[in-house]
Amino acid sequence: MSFRARHLLGIDHLSPPEIVTLLDLAQDYAGLNRRTIKHSDALAGMTQINMFFENSTRTQSSFELAGMRLGADVMNMSMQTSSVKKGETLIDTALTLNAMQPDLLVVRHPQSGAVNLLAEKVNCAVINAGDGRHEHPTQALLDALTIRRAKGRLHRLSVAICGDIAHSRVARSNLILLGKMENRIRLIGPATLMPAGVGEMGVEVFEDMREGLRGADVVMMLRLQRERMDGGFIPSEREYYHRWGLDAEKLALAAPDAIVMHPGPMNRGVEIDGTIADDINRSVIQDQVEMGVAVRMAALDLLARNLRAERGAAAAGVMV
Amino acid sequence: MTAILFSNARLIDPEAGTDGPGSLLVRDGRIGGRGAPDEAAPEGAEIVDCGGRVLAPGLIDWGVKIGEPGERHKESFRSAGLAAAAGGVTTIIARPDTAPPIDTPESLEFVTRRAADAKVNIRHMAALTKQRAGREMVEIGFLSDLGAAAFTDGVRVVSDSKLLSRCMAYARGTGALIVGHPQDAGLSKGAAATSGKFASLYGIPAVSPMAEVMGLDRDLALVAMTGCRWHADQVTLAAALPALRRVRAAGLDVTAGISIHHLTLNEFDVGDYRTFFRFTPPLRSEDDREAMVQAVAEGVIDVIASFHTPQDEESKRLPFEAAAPGAVGLQTLLPAAMRLYHQGGLSLPQLWRAMSLNPAKRLGLEAGRLTPGAPADLVLFDPDAPFVLDRFALLSKSKNTPFDGARMEGRVAGTWIGGNRVFGDAS
Repeated sequence: MSFRARHLLGIDHLSPPEIVTLLDLAQDYAGLNRRTIKHSDALAGMTQINMFFENSTRTQSSFELAGMRLGADVMNMSMQTSSVKKGETLIDTALTLNAMQPDLLVVRHPQSGAVNLLAEKVNCAVINAGDGRHEHPTQALLDALTIRRAKGRLHRLSVAICGDIAHSRVARSNLILLGKMENRIRLIGPATLMPAGVGEMGVEVFEDMREGLRGADVVMMLRLQRERMDGGFIPSEREYYHRWGLDAEKLALAAPDAIVMHPGPMNRGVEIDGTIADDINRSVIQDQVEMGVAVRMAALDLLARNLRAERGAAAAGVMV
Repeated sequence: MTAILFSNARLIDPEAGTDGPGSLLVRDGRIGGRGAPDEAAPEGAEIVDCGGRVLAPGLIDWGVKIGEPGERHKESFRSAGLAAAAGGVTTIIARPDTAPPIDTPESLEFVTRRAADAKVNIRHMAALTKQRAGREMVEIGFLSDLGAAAFTDGVRVVSDSKLLSRCMAYARGTGALIVGHPQDAGLSKGAAATSGKFASLYGIPAVSPMAEVMGLDRDLALVAMTGCRWHADQVTLAAALPALRRVRAAGLDVTAGISIHHLTLNEFDVGDYRTFFRFTPPLRSEDDREAMVQAVAEGVIDVIASFHTPQDEESKRLPFEAAAPGAVGLQTLLPAAMRLYHQGGLSLPQLWRAMSLNPAKRLGLEAGRLTPGAPADLVLFDPDAPFVLDRFALLSKSKNTPFDGARMEGRVAGTWIGGNRVFGDAS
């Protein structure tokens, strides 16, 4: 098997064969998920804890469902209302949970690198469900699977990522994954929402959305993360929509068979026109949600296999 | 009368810019004179055979944080003194950013008394504004009379330019030295890294390097306006150097320093969110690092210091942006500086100008020289002796060093203050 990672902390640590292995397995799980009896025993008897230090409905329920469909015992912990408020440090929280012997830990945290820090302190496998502005690997993987299913391939595509790149971990992970798979990436957005050093990342940068969308095979819109804004990044929502909102006129500049993606939750009328989001011929937004569960099942399964192999080897006294 | 003859030494004289074999005579705690390596000892003199190792003025580390008052669990005067002696630092210039800060004659008297616990010389800087809050100036006159070495709010920038200009004008009248932290406070708010590809990919809140250039430009304009004596604690960017050169050519009384970490590490050393590499200002690009080594060689940057900042384990075991900045450095300043020597960037006399002579001159201290009559504050070390640094072997109470596990060269064999040995055994 070519998936050897101990944790899934970011796309940065994965090799292209590992990405393909994970997507292939997720493709199988996507088939299972469309059956009436959606059950596998891949994680039977294992414990999965979802630890969310930042609000999330979509990602948390997707991970929860993924774990349950694989037969794991799943527990959700909303860390915003727990001991963190009593002053417990991240590491102590991790050690406390670790003592309960979970096998899989799914973590979201508002600070970049926090999940890496936590992963150093626990014995179980850790999945990063989003850390600050750093990475959100399962989102990039589900986007990749959605693209592969819609376009029939995951290489030599022209992908336009548009919106609040600076604050987006989704953009970071996608940019790394799509780059590893040899796609052409264009970033579109106002200069205030572009990360520094973007010129050295091997991508094309456009402030003019029309220019950036020309001939694109995939149009990936990002949420305008208002809750993260200190204020003053853009003059107004309506000006943003006028210049960087995806509407039919701008989309017409992309390739005729271009697909439209959005990681959700959407702000209709801010970054995307509602009609386009609902257009079943162009929008794969619902497929993204569906593939999200499949990709998370594949990630949980692969990490659990590695965990079992590691523990088995340890019990037998061999080094892996 | 007591006398010590350091024979068979490699003498570094930063004032003359020389590096060569010789012997050094110390009488009554002061430098007596120099001779041939095998010079005969005067009668009754103790002889220290240096065995060809380097004998140089002790280091003067400008900008050391000691946890007294307020954070004695991170560092006390005693532990800082032990670490300094073991690192060849004979004079500590302590920072006033304690809790509470050193902003009154009473608090300065307190730390002056407490500093008697330390084995090495300690001079104290005082805050520039009360509570370091940037609203009212401290009693610059009283504090100067009590021996405040300089006035600074540390890394907290006095944003109110009118107040800063008044502090500077007032300080000019008393002859006091102001130490600034060149930074635009608004632009650098919340930042933990230098903006660029690295910070963007790791998602670390970052500040444009221009914030330092802007801060320096403002401060230099105010210095030109008021004519005060001014020192920039840390200038870390190539882009800031033209302004420094310009104002010096114009005759302003301005000097500048840099931390040893900005001369030996770059932004990529942070790697996977290693919080021991979080500094204020953040680590810079490799191009900037190289330019700053060159600037020290040319004398545009006058002072190299450790900016010793002890932090307990809990302050660092946090996500990168939440972790406290700074590293301990009293014991690693010399071996880290040896990296610059061995890489060929700086000679030993150049390094000793920046780490000993220049801070002494700027702060009006007699040390930092091998001139007859100067205090015999000396360090004896082997610049080539290799070792692997173990942070738990450091004498500082806090162990937050970016050099943990690093291969280093430069081992201190002995440290003397006023002719008294404070580190190393007699062999």
